[in-house]
Amino acid sequence: MSSSAGRPDGRTGDFGKQPGAAAVGGPWGLVRRRLADVISQVAALGALLVIFVLLSLLSPNFLTYNNLSEVVVEAAVTAIIAIGMTLVIVTAGIDLSVGGIAALAGVLGAMLMVDAHLSWPLATVVGVLIGGAAGLVNGGLVGWVKLAPFIATLGMMGVARGLTFVSTGAVAVYGLPVGFNVLGQGYAGPIPIPAICLIGVIVIFGFIFTRTKLGRYSYAIGSNHEAARLMGIPASRYLVLVYVLQGLLAGFGGMIAASRVSSGQPNFGVGLELDAIAAAVIGGASLFGGQGTVSGAIIGAFLIQFIRNGSVLLNVNIYWQDVIIGLVVWIAVSWDQFRRQRITERAHVT
Amino acid sequence: MEQMNSQDASVTEPMLKVEGISKRFGGVQALQDVDLQVDTGEHVALVGDNGAGKSTLVKILTGAEHADDGSFWFAGEERHFRSPLEARRHGIETVYQTLALADHLDVVANLFLGRERYLLRLGPFSVLNRAAMKTEARALLERTGVQIPDLGAMIMGMSGGQRQGVAIARAAGWGSKMIVLDEPTAALGVQETAKVEEIIHTLKDQGVTVLMVSHNLRQVFDLVDTIWVLRHGRMVGARKAAEVRPQEIVSMITGADDASGLEFA
Repeated sequence: MSSSAGRPDGRTGDFGKQPGAAAVGGPWGLVRRRLADVISQVAALGALLVIFVLLSLLSPNFLTYNNLSEVVVEAAVTAIIAIGMTLVIVTAGIDLSVGGIAALAGVLGAMLMVDAHLSWPLATVVGVLIGGAAGLVNGGLVGWVKLAPFIATLGMMGVARGLTFVSTGAVAVYGLPVGFNVLGQGYAGPIPIPAICLIGVIVIFGFIFTRTKLGRYSYAIGSNHEAARLMGIPASRYLVLVYVLQGLLAGFGGMIAASRVSSGQPNFGVGLELDAIAAAVIGGASLFGGQGTVSGAIIGAFLIQFIRNGSVLLNVNIYWQDVIIGLVVWIAVSWDQFRRQRITERAHVT
Repeated sequence: MEQMNSQDASVTEPMLKVEGISKRFGGVQALQDVDLQVDTGEHVALVGDNGAGKSTLVKILTGAEHADDGSFWFAGEERHFRSPLEARRHGIETVYQTLALADHLDVVANLFLGRERYLLRLGPFSVLNRAAMKTEARALLERTGVQIPDLGAMIMGMSGGQRQGVAIARAAGWGSKMIVLDEPTAALGVQETAKVEEIIHTLKDQGVTVLMVSHNLRQVFDLVDTIWVLRHGRMVGARKAAEVRPQEIVSMITGADDASGLEFA
């Protein structure tokens, strides 16, 4: 996260140092245009830093190792799923089923350990793959049956949640092997394992977003589906793959969450899709497609977690958290629209 | 005029030869027994009034529609393209009026859309060779005379002329044999139109074959070697741009004054 945070920061610094460069023209204009590309993230990052500083000042407990590692662990699951959500949103899609898929993967993974006595690493992998299978159904409905992503995943939201309750009889699955606890509760030195999982996902998906065919095609499909098709991109196949990846991440998030509470909770992840969508959108992803980054999703997920954590520390009524997050989503999207209007207007002037 | 001579050498085998193409939509005869020929390196304009059948003919040649009757040969082979992709694979690149650009991707990404260069091939996870694409993109834009200040800029913030330039450069790359331009300047202002026309001139100098649909007769006379005129789905005739007066083309298009057309034929 520090690398994504450092980049826009450094640029702002350069501006302050060389105001004379404006007169030279060329490089100034280029930097300004590039800055416009990241400006919504800069805004979100700014908000994140402001909240961080405010909470540090207002609560003595905020800037402690225990609290911050708690924040990171809490944010990890949301952030992992928000990264997948961002990829889906980049293709002009949406996935409402991530909470249900995470719960389904969590309880089925837990049942495999408890009832089928599968070793916990194997059960974890199977749990992740169950998420991937649910994602494949989503992807098939979107890419091949051509259902609107909202409808396809709304259906899966019900199906996955329903299967979760059917398979558990609506009772949490307890008695998981102690070794499994390491995924959600363990530490590598001072760093919580969920944070390491998150960093792994950031590295892999950062690469996928910016350096691979899949990333490039996702942006192309979301930006102009017809153009992508005319240029010979097999859009349906790539859409299926995008939803599969999102399913895998939801399954992974579900397994981490199960490990955190040492049980498979059928109620886990209700409303998780809204946090993931909010995180992606706060981080600059556009629901119209073609726009969104991994670093933005991370910033958004941590912004949401800081708000939740700060509300607890400052004894704010717990129900105000969602109100604040809703406001932040409004502000982030309005800002993004305003910025996009400016870019289009500039194009018409020149 | 030197261009004309170089054409004579290759006149033996036309790039595109269309014979007797007919197409009917319900009760409307969109095209009837249409012939057309485009020589290698030649720039050809297809003109005609609205509904004359220009778009239908272009769609058949680029694989978006299928002819009821007749046939055409491209680069020496008889072809029946089933899709625009198939036409592309055989060397016909189309610049659509909508341009088919991804607004959120930068210039380089758009130039290589669907034909990316890779460092490592791993299916969907193939690793893009961004440096190679940037270098090639710069060379391609230079070759086609398209001026884009910042290759890393998103298409979204660009003017209509720059967008058109990127779309034409993309079509001109990739060793395409013929470029089809559908109303290349219909949506552009005067200055932007001039720039795009310059780009089309550059293609001429490089021997790229162009078939262009245009409403703008001034532009047609400036840019092409041969003008083919469609009226009510029939090919009324072809004239060398250098040997015909605009009035004659106008009367061929409208059919208003056939006599004056015949005088020049």
